[in-house]
Amino acid sequence: MAELLGMPPQLFFGQLLLGLINGAFYAMLSLGLAIIFGMLQIVNFAHGATYMVGAFGAWMLMNYLGIGFWPALILTPLIVALLGVILERLVLKHLYDLDHLYGMLATFGLALIIEGLFRQAYGISGLPYEIPTQLQGGTNLGFMFLPNYRAFVVLMSIILCFGTWYLIERTKMGMYLRATTENRELVRAFGIKVPRLITATFALGVGLAAFAGVMAAPIYQVNPLMGNNLIIVIFAVVVIGGMGSILGATLAGYLVGLVEGLTKAYYPEASSTVVFILMIIVLIVRPSGLFGKEQ
Amino acid sequence: MPDTLLKVRNLNAWYGESYILHDLNFDVHRGEVVTLLGRNGAGKTTTLKTIMGMLKQHTGSVTFAEKEMLNLTSDEVARSGIVLCPEERGIFSSLSVEENLLLPPVLQAGGMTIHEIYELFPILKERAASRGTHLSGGEQQMLAIARILRTGATLLLLDEPTEGLAPVIIEQIGSILSEIKKRGFTILLVEQNFYFASSIADRHYVIEEGHVIDEIKNTELEQNTEKLKNYLGI
Repeated sequence: MAELLGMPPQLFFGQLLLGLINGAFYAMLSLGLAIIFGMLQIVNFAHGATYMVGAFGAWMLMNYLGIGFWPALILTPLIVALLGVILERLVLKHLYDLDHLYGMLATFGLALIIEGLFRQAYGISGLPYEIPTQLQGGTNLGFMFLPNYRAFVVLMSIILCFGTWYLIERTKMGMYLRATTENRELVRAFGIKVPRLITATFALGVGLAAFAGVMAAPIYQVNPLMGNNLIIVIFAVVVIGGMGSILGATLAGYLVGLVEGLTKAYYPEASSTVVFILMIIVLIVRPSGLFGKEQ
Repeated sequence: MPDTLLKVRNLNAWYGESYILHDLNFDVHRGEVVTLLGRNGAGKTTTLKTIMGMLKQHTGSVTFAEKEMLNLTSDEVARSGIVLCPEERGIFSSLSVEENLLLPPVLQAGGMTIHEIYELFPILKERAASRGTHLSGGEQQMLAIARILRTGATLLLLDEPTEGLAPVIIEQIGSILSEIKKRGFTILLVEQNFYFASSIADRHYVIEEGHVIDEIKNTELEQNTEKLKNYLGI
């Protein structure tokens, strides 16, 4: 097997793996974005900043308190979710009855403020974060070398996406979420405390983003702009998957990652635009996205 | 003295700039079926939504079991024991039939069990795993009624349960409502179909331009038929 689809297998699988890793992050992030959009009807432009705060959370816990990767993987999403609750109660809840545009502008502003604060404090050169000792090294699969930590990221992303899907499609809490997404007024009139449910959903969404941020810290540099670079791609992913579709957001995340990886292998010049070309094609063929419901 | 469960006094309500309810007054006694009759746009649905706490602009008073309901949020009204079956039925398309049934939480003791509900609505048991909106219109209406019987609410607000349905289905819904009444539920029914209303109700209030213009007992319906036809324009 000297060549695979016209290129050395190492290069082919290397790019495929890179695509899969990126896809794992796209999936985790677009998932939270889709859940938040479904419930709050807010296009959360601060989602990338939340992911960045997650990565910084892990870095700060490590460097200021000596708390390692594993506890940080639990602690950081919880802390960020708590901050999310405060943000939702103080700012976002005033936007629900207004046009979508206000939510977009408010969260965009929040993203700028959060990123600005971190830039001010930490600069933009990026801070290193060690891979946890248990996951250092890699495995030789024969056709390629698979770093253990990257395999772990893909696995965790799949578990997380499946867990979230299960929560929403198969549990009572998820039933309330789906119903509230459809008809908030009526669900509330049945006696369910909808405002509390919305706060919890936002906390869940930002918690997922922070979790992705912690996972990203050892792979990408911990950088105030790391979320900024990602958020536009994440929006394209959500559009490709279909606004509000959990399954769509997850699968489109991996799809976009893989397509990007393959483009990098075959035609690197187009690797950063291919996402948007894909989005345009999907919008032409299926305007509501791959898994979205027709309006 | 009848036991008055719901007392509506001088109720005024607005949708933004439009003034819909003008000093509305009526009572519903425990165990009764009372209808609000009236033409389109008379304010019937608005009355139900205002009682339910779903509208924000209002003055006056709505007391339920001696407790003031106005100014409560809709979830608080629900927890006090009132539940709404909305005009558009509000069946959730992302939920199965069974999930639609289980969605409204049980808020008080005394509601029907899921077993009793399936006995009363066998079709819903057969189709429990289907998507809620894959049911026919009549089945969706039955689901919309069935799911509020579990909650333990004592006052049911039903908004035009017969709208757009075939006569044979309307008949079925009529017999289900009679059965529900026998079980002690109190029902406030909004209707345009007064033949249907007369088959199950104890009293009727006629609403026009946001206020009650007449009250007719079901037993006195015959001598008032002409008057009523005139009110409703039929």
